[in-house]
Amino acid sequence: MSVNQQAHTGPPYGQPQPGYQGYQQPAYGGQSLPGVPQAQYGAYNGPVPGYQQPVPPQGYFPSLGFPSKGSPVSLNSDTSSLAPNFIGSLRAPPTSGAPPPASGASHPSGHLAYSQFEHGDVQNGIPASAAPMQRPPASQPFLPGSAPTPVSQIPTFQQYGAPPASVQQLRNHMAGMTIGGTAASAPPPAGLGYGVGPSSYPPTTGAPRPPAMPGPPLPGQTVAGPPSSQPNHVSSPPPPSTMAGLHPGPPMSGLHGPPPPTHPPQPGYQMQQNGSFGQMRGPPPNYGGAYPGAPNYGSPPGPPPPPKRLDPDSIPSPQLNELPPQQKPRHRIDPDAIPSPIQVIEDDRNNRGSEPFVTGVRGQVPPLVTTNFLVKDQGNASPRYIRCTSYNIPCTSDMAKQSQVPLAAVIKPLAALPPEETVPYLVDHGESGPVRCNRCKAYMCPFMQFIEGGRRFQCCFCSCVTEVPPHYFQHLDHTGKRVDFYDRPELSLGSYEFLATVDYCKNNKFPSPPAFIFMIDVSYNAVKSGLVRLICEELKSLLDYLPREGNMEESAIRVGFVTYNKVLHFYNVKSSLAQPQMMVVSDVADMFVPLLDGFLVNVNESRTVIASLLDQIPEMFADTRETETVFAPVIQAGLEALKAAECAGKLFIFHTSLPIAEAPGKLKNRDDRKLINTDKEKTLFQPQTSFYNNLAKDCVAQGCCVDLFLFPNQYLDVATLGVVPYQTGGSIFKYAYFQLETDQYRFLNDLRRDVQKEVGFDAVMRVRTSTGIRATDFFGAFYMSNTTDVEMAGLDCDKTITVEFKHDDKLSEDSGALLQCALLYTSCAGQRRLRIHNLSLNCCTQLADLYRNCETDTLINYLAKYAYRGVLSSPVKTVRDALINQCAQILACYRKNCASPSSAGQLILPECMKLLPVYLNCVLKSDVLQPGPEVTTDDRAYVRQLVTSMDVAETNVFFYPRLLPLTKADVDSDSLPAAIRNSEERLSKGDIYLLENGLNIFVWVGVNVQQGLIQNLFGVSSFSQISNALSTLPVLENPFSKKVRSIVDMLQGQRSRYMKLIIVKQEDKLEMLFKHFLVEDKSLSGGASYVDFLCHMHKEIRQLLS
Amino acid sequence: MATYLEFIQQNEERDGVRFSWNVWPSSRLEATRMVVPLACLLTPLKERLDLPPVQYEPVLCSRPTCKAVLNPLCQVDYRAKLWACNFCFQRNQFPPAYAGISEVNQPAELMPQFSTIEYIVQRGPQTPLIFLYVVDTCLEEEDLQALKESLQMSLSLLPPDALVGLITFGRMVQVHELSCEGISKSYVFRGTKDLTAKQIQDMLGLSRPAVPMQQGRPLQTPQQPVISSRFLQPVHKIDMNLTDLLGELQRDPWPVTQGKRPLRSTGVALSIAVGLLEGTFPNTGARIMLFTGGPPTQGPGMVVGDELKTPIRSWHDIEKDNARFMKKATKHYETLANRSAANGHCIDIYACALDQTGLLEMKCCANLTGGHMVMGDSFNTSLFKQTFQRVFSRGYNGEFRMAFGANLDVKTSRELKIAGAIGPCISLNAKGPCVSENELGIGGTSQWKICSLDHNTTLAIYFEVVNQHNAPIPQGGRGAVQFVTQYQHSSTQKRIRVTTIARNWADAQTQLQHIEAAFDQEAAAVLMARLGVYRAESEEGPDVLRWLDRQLIRLFIFHLRRSPFLQVFNNSPDESSYYRHHFARQDLTQSLIMIQPILYAYSFHGPPEPVLLDSSSILPDRILLMDTFFQIVIYLGETIAQWQKAGYQDMPEYENFKHLLQAPLDDAQEILQTRFPMPRYIHTEHGGSQARFLLSKVNPSQTHNNLYAWGQESGAPILTDDVSLQVFMDHLKKLAVSSAS
Repeated sequence: MSVNQQAHTGPPYGQPQPGYQGYQQPAYGGQSLPGVPQAQYGAYNGPVPGYQQPVPPQGYFPSLGFPSKGSPVSLNSDTSSLAPNFIGSLRAPPTSGAPPPASGASHPSGHLAYSQFEHGDVQNGIPASAAPMQRPPASQPFLPGSAPTPVSQIPTFQQYGAPPASVQQLRNHMAGMTIGGTAASAPPPAGLGYGVGPSSYPPTTGAPRPPAMPGPPLPGQTVAGPPSSQPNHVSSPPPPSTMAGLHPGPPMSGLHGPPPPTHPPQPGYQMQQNGSFGQMRGPPPNYGGAYPGAPNYGSPPGPPPPPKRLDPDSIPSPQLNELPPQQKPRHRIDPDAIPSPIQVIEDDRNNRGSEPFVTGVRGQVPPLVTTNFLVKDQGNASPRYIRCTSYNIPCTSDMAKQSQVPLAAVIKPLAALPPEETVPYLVDHGESGPVRCNRCKAYMCPFMQFIEGGRRFQCCFCSCVTEVPPHYFQHLDHTGKRVDFYDRPELSLGSYEFLATVDYCKNNKFPSPPAFIFMIDVSYNAVKSGLVRLICEELKSLLDYLPREGNMEESAIRVGFVTYNKVLHFYNVKSSLAQPQMMVVSDVADMFVPLLDGFLVNVNESRTVIASLLDQIPEMFADTRETETVFAPVIQAGLEALKAAECAGKLFIFHTSLPIAEAPGKLKNRDDRKLINTDKEKTLFQPQTSFYNNLAKDCVAQGCCVDLFLFPNQYLDVATLGVVPYQTGGSIFKYAYFQLETDQYRFLNDLRRDVQKEVGFDAVMRVRTSTGIRATDFFGAFYMSNTTDVEMAGLDCDKTITVEFKHDDKLSEDSGALLQCALLYTSCAGQRRLRIHNLSLNCCTQLADLYRNCETDTLINYLAKYAYRGVLSSPVKTVRDALINQCAQILACYRKNCASPSSAGQLILPECMKLLPVYLNCVLKSDVLQPGPEVTTDDRAYVRQLVTSMDVAETNVFFYPRLLPLTKADVDSDSLPAAIRNSEERLSKGDIYLLENGLNIFVWVGVNVQQGLIQNLFGVSSFSQISNALSTLPVLENPFSKKVRSIVDMLQGQRSRYMKLIIVKQEDKLEMLFKHFLVEDKSLSGGASYVDFLCHMHKEIRQLLS
Repeated sequence: MATYLEFIQQNEERDGVRFSWNVWPSSRLEATRMVVPLACLLTPLKERLDLPPVQYEPVLCSRPTCKAVLNPLCQVDYRAKLWACNFCFQRNQFPPAYAGISEVNQPAELMPQFSTIEYIVQRGPQTPLIFLYVVDTCLEEEDLQALKESLQMSLSLLPPDALVGLITFGRMVQVHELSCEGISKSYVFRGTKDLTAKQIQDMLGLSRPAVPMQQGRPLQTPQQPVISSRFLQPVHKIDMNLTDLLGELQRDPWPVTQGKRPLRSTGVALSIAVGLLEGTFPNTGARIMLFTGGPPTQGPGMVVGDELKTPIRSWHDIEKDNARFMKKATKHYETLANRSAANGHCIDIYACALDQTGLLEMKCCANLTGGHMVMGDSFNTSLFKQTFQRVFSRGYNGEFRMAFGANLDVKTSRELKIAGAIGPCISLNAKGPCVSENELGIGGTSQWKICSLDHNTTLAIYFEVVNQHNAPIPQGGRGAVQFVTQYQHSSTQKRIRVTTIARNWADAQTQLQHIEAAFDQEAAAVLMARLGVYRAESEEGPDVLRWLDRQLIRLFIFHLRRSPFLQVFNNSPDESSYYRHHFARQDLTQSLIMIQPILYAYSFHGPPEPVLLDSSSILPDRILLMDTFFQIVIYLGETIAQWQKAGYQDMPEYENFKHLLQAPLDDAQEILQTRFPMPRYIHTEHGGSQARFLLSKVNPSQTHNNLYAWGQESGAPILTDDVSLQVFMDHLKKLAVSSAS
């Protein structure tokens, strides 16, 4: 659909009450042709009304909740009402039942508002084509009062009814709304204030859209369909709204067009939504009114202006600027009018967060990664293990090519599960081992068909028929299911484990328990910074927390210690010794392990010796003056030690500097910023020497995984040092300019987690697929010696592998497509196991189905990894262009084949992909693809490797950071304040914000923040006294401080790495850094703002279409 | 003759010198005709209780090419305070300190009884003695334990300020740092990779301190080179530490799979030891003591692979050119030996194993540096324990019987030139007017370096008479030889011992009887034997025998021909190397024993008496005591053995029998107490398996071939095809006659 997502911000509110009621009922009654949902709708309606009034305002506000900003009053009311609203909303969806199914996305609570809007939008959306046209009127009507009511009403209803279903629509609508809102310059402020609000507002806009809705024929369907068909339709409907939003450009332009002055970018857009925009314009003012009015629902239109003004005050300066001219909006696309990630996330959370996700159905799109949900395994792997870019795969390669939508799965084989979910069962088939297909060797899974009374089974991947081994035979019941179906995890679950037999082991020998080797740099820098002492102290306690198999008393993992500078020191910590013994190996050119017995020991047995060693290491090197270090020999040493001990294991290397000492793998400083933006830029990402690649290969062969902790004070060539950790499935942690006081907590947390987390060794992963598609490309931290097997020396619960599939034949809609990911690994107790994840997907012959079942977050995950690998071989510019081009093609294909006909000037985005532009823009602006002046080469290389093994949730927040208004947090509840969009416009001088991207947490403090808050949070009396050297927030006994700290802790808990806390004061030097993460804004390094990029995308798409 | 015997003995006691000829043929031609070269056995540090060292510098001849030391043979003009060098006839002023000199006030070095004199000089810094233990850990538990105890014990025998170091090796080589508290620290090297001295020093972190080292070596300063002290520490400081360290020493932990030898990196260990001392204490006395329990099986210097199925090389393999590692290994150890010798460090080898340990390849380490070589069956035997203990034995005055870094300079009168030397030394390549072009042994020089020597160390030095036949030496002319030995005394003092001897010239044509009379048969035998052994080492066996036959056939060296020094039959290459090593350094008496073992008989018929080394000496009612230097064999005759079994010695009425049994034991004990290395002690009886030691040595006058011809009343038949002395003599006589014709 066209960009529907504009924030529904102001408008909805403004109109909400009036509009809603009107809409809802009418909409349902009238438009929801399908009628099917009616009942539901009806039900909804019921609630709706109630909701409507309270909801819209409240719902939004709460979420948006910027009390300080615009309208305290509204806030209050919101909050109060919100609660109920939410509840209501939540309930509503269920009750509606139908609705949820329809769209699949049920936005229970907060969405109410949305949903209403959505519906409205939906209708609008449907009408999409017409929408634009209508909108104008609609919007106008709104302005006046609730002119659009009739139409809008309908939508609202739909929303309610459909809410679940049409989340997208809602969004679209929202977009539309927002657009409208945006149009009204006022909204922005509101938007800011509301943050979330915008979305809520949209509804109002939605109202306007409705008009549009009517126009398009689809609306009807959509309406009816909203639930089910909505997605698609939705999209269509949204288009209108989106149109408004997106087109903000176009439409805007259009709008602008009408008004003589049009902004340059807008022209293109204008075309599309001219009409609507025109209207929009009209509305804007209204909206403005509406917003302000929002608080005062009662008086939407009239009051608008003043409220706006009010907002301005509370809103940061940018907004202020905007406020005055309502015209501005015309020129510029209203940011609130374009699809909002926050809104989408919020909608999904509300719609899908309450019900467990049951995996029994083929091709189900799971909730977004940002949504908290439980999973019930009923035959397909949990989305925590596997997520796909699309859950509906084109049947033919032609279709796939046409759409350009990459088919990829993001697999996290050892993902950690929440405590409520059960870990995969371990199946032991004894000596015979797991049952497998004779031909393709696929493992027994729920999709295997038993035939001939259970004597044979047909492989679901290759169709080959295999005899059931006698010991595995079981009769079938009348439905053809084995009688023991529910007794056997491998027949009833999507994820499970097999105990591997000796045939699955290296050299046909069961593996020994793995070992951890701690290798500590003791050169001058490390000693001086206190790092060595810190590590040694920490290890003393940490060694008691080595990972162990579920029920075991103590960990089977053995440990060893090495220190090094220019030479290596091994330690004999055999339990029988009174004192540890140190063995120095200076022959770094030809590394070997000087001892066997006593190097790798059981922690409990050698406890005193180890303690003694860890006490003495810092003393021994206290006076060291050695500044040079080696690196490759350190890895070799670990590798040799593991070889000698005949086990797999992990090296924890703590390293500080570029290895310039004479030794294999010696590096030189080759950092050269001049290479940026040249064809040679790629060399910065490539290793200096192939030595490390070969070393990595050896490590993988032995199952030697390397985790690297870096503490550089200058360039140390992460691109090269990272090769081995990267290819062995290890991690890199980097603490630039490490300082004990500020960084130790972060480092220790990372270290603890890294040591304790679940990990498998010596792993091989293979992905089998139904005939027709094939895994062709792999991204992540691993090594491949052939084209099918992903080998990882170590694999932990955070590591993710992205696999791309290509067609090599046709698929059938009936049988769908199956994936089976089999991971053979050695557990931390030395048990050889196979972990199997199965996932069934739908296949489609209609492009629309594909676009309806996509997951943008996963898509971005894939695209980012694809692009980040691309920079190794191509100039960065080429990579960026390719990305843009591919996305343009995806969207153009949709527009061409799936969207309802509409003006070429209209930007129409698939509902599932409406965030694609904004996210893609974030990827394009990321440090790797577009480095700012302050980004070091090492940082880029580091991030590049980091992203490559990120899962979807991590990439999501990494590229689009989470921005939380702390001052809006409810100190009495556990919940997080509603996030706001990443734009400076949304920041208020009087507030404190928190921004997290998985690596850093920024706490941004506005200049006008009340002293009381500052006192409460930082323990200082004024803004100027806040120290930005803080690495943690002071522990203060007041609700606000507690709340903020608990938020920070909660966020830290969600991420695999401990994030660095940075205090940023507004207008301080550090603010530049912070602004870098406001990804919707223009970046200093030249990255486009969201709006600009959207315009650009639109242009691209139009080019493709024409 | 008696006079000559006395003269010879007296000379030996005073100067430690035995010449083959004590009156010298006066021309080259005559000397050549004598067959036995003019040569001497020199024991440079012969123990002289009556020789108090003088505490000043020797006076040297001022001619740069001469530099002979003032000696009793010099003519002195007391009035002019001048002296004439008796080698180059340069006239020299006495130094100012000798101003008070006169006929009645002579300095010691001018007195005739001080033909040998020892000076103590204050020259250069003094360094404490250095002992670097290089210990094999691939031993059986028992052996290792015994070795550890021996080593711990040895710490108490060392002078307190001596520096000790420890290197252990097995599959890896560990250099232990001895200075650290708490954690014991060692540097580890892989046993398969040879490293240059530079690399070793870099890896041990020894390269930088080179500068402080040279400054920091002043007299006994506590301020020793910081770095080197990490590995070499004064005994008194780290006594406890090292004792613990040795106590904790474990067997090499690397698993040895069945059918394999443990991987032993002897070559690299030695190389590191040499490199370590080279980098820290060049040109000062130091002792590397290698204790090994098996052959090197990996890396440079490996002697045999680790597969047990391939046995270590035998003489047979060597002849067949089938010893694939031998040449390379030999070369490796030779290089090490030369490096070590160049720095004045010596290498001892204590090899204890039932099988060979590669002494053949490693022998040069001991041979070139003057180190000891000890071969035993196990470290857990008294042979090793006592021998090792004896290394640290002290002399009368409580001084160690060892000296280091000796530099032997030989000066001769003009009629004489130096052909070479044979002994535990290396050439210093000092060319000079008195160096002959013909080499015998290590020649081409007038100076040799002996890195380690004791009071018995004896060198054979060969001369050549160069005087032409037509330039007769005036009647009564004497030739002189001066031996100047500078060395580091065990008290770390620098000392110089000067021995000047003179012998009369005689015209062989007119005074042949004088020359004959002054022939020292024993010295000649040993000197020739040394030449033979030296050749045997460097040439193919049979050729040497033939040469020896040609040379010695007239010298009746029957036993030498049969000795293990020349015969390799029934000896492993290691044993041969071992025997030859000792032969090349022992003094005359010992050498003679080695050539012809001594056999004593004990019986009721009279006091113990020496008897012929002949099978006929083996009688039932005799106890025999044979001393071959390497073995002490006590052999009970058949009857005696039966009596003993019957327990007569325990009956009071047969106490005399008890005494008879005890007598040889006491005598043997005496020998055991004094000899180094301690001989293998064998107590056997008639028909005992160990009796073979005796039977292989005696002259097989009775064999299974002629048993009946000789009657049965005496002796014991030897089962051998070797010819007996009788046959040898007969043949010899025939030959002498025929060659005369």
